[in-house]
Amino acid sequence: MSELLHTPAADLAGLIASGRASSREVTQAHLDRIEAVDAGVRAFLHVDGERALAAADAVDAKRSSGGQLGPLAGVPVAIKDIFCMSGAPTTAGSRILEGWRPPYNATVTQRVLDADLVVLGKTNLDEFAMGSSTENSGFFTTHNPWDLERIPGGSGGGSAAALASFEAPLALGTDTGGSIRQPASVTGTVGVKPTYGGTSRYGVVAMASSLDQPGPCGRTVLDTALLHQVIAGWDPLDSTSIDAPVPDVVAAARAADVKGMRLGVVKELGGEGYASGVEQRFREALDVLADAGAEIVEVSCPNFRYALGAYYLIMPSEVSSNLARFDAMRYGLRLGDDGTAGAEEVMARTRGAGFGAEVKRRIIIGTYALSSGYYDAYYGSAQKARTLIARDFERAFEKVDVLVSPTTPTTAFRIGERADDPLAMYAADLCTIPSNMAGNTAGSFPCGLAPEDGLPVGFQVMAPVLADDRVYRVGAALERQLADRWGGLLTDQLWARENGGAR
Amino acid sequence: MSVMAYDDVLAAFEPALGLEVHVELNTVSKMFCGCSTAFGSSPNTQTCPVCLGLPGALPVLNAKAVESVIRIGLALNCSIASWCRFARKNYFYPDMPKNFQTSQYDEPICFDGFMDVEVDGVSYRVEIERVHMEEDAGKLTHVGGATGRIQGADYSLLDYNRAGVPLMEIVTRPVRGTGAAAPQVARAYLTQMRELLRALGVSDVRMEQGSLRCDANVSLAPRGSELLGTRTETKNVNSLRSVERALTYEIQRQGEVLSSGGRVLQETRHWHEDGGHTSPGRSKEQAEDYRYFPEPDLVPIAPSRDWVEQLRGTLPEPPAERRRRLVAEWGFTELELRDVVGTGSLELIAETVAAGATAGSARKWWSGELARRANVSGVELDQVGITPAQVVQLQALIEAGTINDKLARQVIDGVLAGEGDPAAVVEARGLAVVSDDGALAEAVDAAIAANPDVVQRIRDGKLQAAGALIGQVMKAMRGKADAARVRELVLERLS
Repeated sequence: MSELLHTPAADLAGLIASGRASSREVTQAHLDRIEAVDAGVRAFLHVDGERALAAADAVDAKRSSGGQLGPLAGVPVAIKDIFCMSGAPTTAGSRILEGWRPPYNATVTQRVLDADLVVLGKTNLDEFAMGSSTENSGFFTTHNPWDLERIPGGSGGGSAAALASFEAPLALGTDTGGSIRQPASVTGTVGVKPTYGGTSRYGVVAMASSLDQPGPCGRTVLDTALLHQVIAGWDPLDSTSIDAPVPDVVAAARAADVKGMRLGVVKELGGEGYASGVEQRFREALDVLADAGAEIVEVSCPNFRYALGAYYLIMPSEVSSNLARFDAMRYGLRLGDDGTAGAEEVMARTRGAGFGAEVKRRIIIGTYALSSGYYDAYYGSAQKARTLIARDFERAFEKVDVLVSPTTPTTAFRIGERADDPLAMYAADLCTIPSNMAGNTAGSFPCGLAPEDGLPVGFQVMAPVLADDRVYRVGAALERQLADRWGGLLTDQLWARENGGAR
Repeated sequence: MSVMAYDDVLAAFEPALGLEVHVELNTVSKMFCGCSTAFGSSPNTQTCPVCLGLPGALPVLNAKAVESVIRIGLALNCSIASWCRFARKNYFYPDMPKNFQTSQYDEPICFDGFMDVEVDGVSYRVEIERVHMEEDAGKLTHVGGATGRIQGADYSLLDYNRAGVPLMEIVTRPVRGTGAAAPQVARAYLTQMRELLRALGVSDVRMEQGSLRCDANVSLAPRGSELLGTRTETKNVNSLRSVERALTYEIQRQGEVLSSGGRVLQETRHWHEDGGHTSPGRSKEQAEDYRYFPEPDLVPIAPSRDWVEQLRGTLPEPPAERRRRLVAEWGFTELELRDVVGTGSLELIAETVAAGATAGSARKWWSGELARRANVSGVELDQVGITPAQVVQLQALIEAGTINDKLARQVIDGVLAGEGDPAAVVEARGLAVVSDDGALAEAVDAAIAANPDVVQRIRDGKLQAAGALIGQVMKAMRGKADAARVRELVLERLS
């Protein structure tokens, strides 16, 4: 039974398709696992076992009646609780949406259901995806399976922790400034932010519309690519989605070949503020890729230094507008409606109590940045910085196929360590934000454990717009080379630790 | 409050007008989702995640709305932007599902146009600053108060059927140099705008249903001054007539304020149709900051030149040209034309002619009797309660000798009272001319017998005296006689 938990999604799909395992068995194994470990990990906000098993049974019935099964049919998946799912609680990690059940599916949710994946439940996140640790969740903090005293990254810490604790073989995330990649990095898992417009945002509770991007998470590069293939592609319901063929990420993940590729190391993403173990494992990964035939060059992206500052103007500006709809008038929390209070007072009381401190901070910053007289200095300048960052990428991609860096400057920090220091918290996204600002694609892949603390380090690969396949090609090559050295995945070491070294 | 006599204001001040016209487009679906725009359905039945602003929902632009607005812009002689964006106008109000309105701000799709209008034979150019797209809000119904307004209400009900209906706003530049004609110019502009929008087929332009709304701005400057005065914006002007009345009132009110040494406050004012005056709206202590920024959920609109030229080819004949052509075809005199334009009856005459009446008879009814009745009851001519087809029928009854002009007015009474078509009214009210010579002859004999002195005068050759006898006969017949036939009978008997 436990072997199913440890099996990659691609292989689980094979077992189910061939009848060697049923989707019900696989789903039940994961539900049991959640039951056993989630009290400690706290990856899930909601689990609906009944619904999951019914979906699993439907896949098994489809198979036995000779129906066509997709490449991930019957495989369980955990969904970050920011994707609308019809009839299922969807909170975005906020008390203000507690109890709300959307009447519709996000496009990504719909595609996952149409592909016969089995939804286990909804995973925890920082409130409205604002944070790097899940400590800003309106409900509770998720713990890192590598060390339960540490953060699992954020905002998608729930999805990443579910993968690392073997509660789910696949998960969905969204990435606005690194919310897929940074959690992947600190949990030793894989996460990819597709090209902006590559996956639909329809039905994803918005944080910052021009930056948000749904993406796949997994323990292996191929699993992640298979999920990417399921969810990506043009959606007429999202005007910003791109009407172009999805790059063949699955083929790239299978190829795992970097021979002749030029990898640009971003000079500005390293040095002061980066943990020595992070830099060490990153350098070793570069050597591994060089051995596999890649050419490594150094590239300068001088305008990346503006990325964090510009991000913290554009993102809150959009937040201040996107979160205005949570006003108690139509859905969600409603406070102070005693029959005498006017609508304005009900709105104010509901928002005052329903939003957490970080959400309020960003609404206030954004409201200020957009206000008349300050717009040009703040929002306007930030947009110019954004253009400069995009130009740095363009110039770099004239010389190299992909850019690489550590995913995040440090390994997982301790729960509570940065809770009172927003700027230290924001620094976790230093390396991931530029790709959100420019709209290109990027992914994080495990590259070892830092010697000083034994915690996972992530290797970030950034590729041009609509070249998502390159991210997978490099990530898969790294995974293959390192697996040869380690005898498996990084998460296998966690599995072995838990199971006394036996596999 | 007291106001200054209109002529006295105009002797000292020059008004400047500004008009913002909001038009609901008649697209089948809403601006950013597929919901129906049909008017009058049960509350909240025409809604979806997008127009309810549910978490995660995203807008998709209605291409038909863009097409309509470009056609309007072209018809108003505007330039069409080759690239423009939507913006978010942020403010909290329960009728706004997202608490921002998706609108256009500094990048309107159409700009720099004009419309020429005529008042009493003088042509005025109204310059159009911009035409832009936006979405409508939901509808609030305040329950429990005496007035139906929010003050004093116990609670409010929300209907989001209207939320997201495509709106277009047409904004003029300040219109100067109209002098005393300012309110009439405003009315003529609005009348012609309505004609144009109707001819384009882009809106129902029903002011009473709110598919055409107007905010009327006016300011006064001392005569000869280059500068504009402080303006007020009057809302709730729901008919062509009330635009003219509201502006006349505001000019008189501002004149009084300025002449008595006061200062006009820049404010929004509310027009009261019944009292014929304006009152200040809720005072805004400071200007609202809408925190506009480009809408990140929509991609820029970049209409290709080819498409714009293709749309230009679909424009109807411009109203001014059409008017000149029709008037020439109909052979109206200059004076008759002024009556037609002044009463806003051109389109109705055209429809009546198209339905089979002669231009002369159509003009006679619409610019005469029907315009008078619309004015008396304070409604628009096209809302007076009779259709062009009914006017055709009315005229046919006269020409067939079934009724005379006087009876026709009673028939109109019946039609306006909702008693049906003219023929049905004639039938129901028994209004047909009595053509039975027996009954007529009796009445004629009775009149002759009762008026020997008149009879004598006629016999003496004063034939015009017959009028008195005819009048008596008509009275006896309660108007239901053909006057020509009565005259024949009278003269026959006395010859």
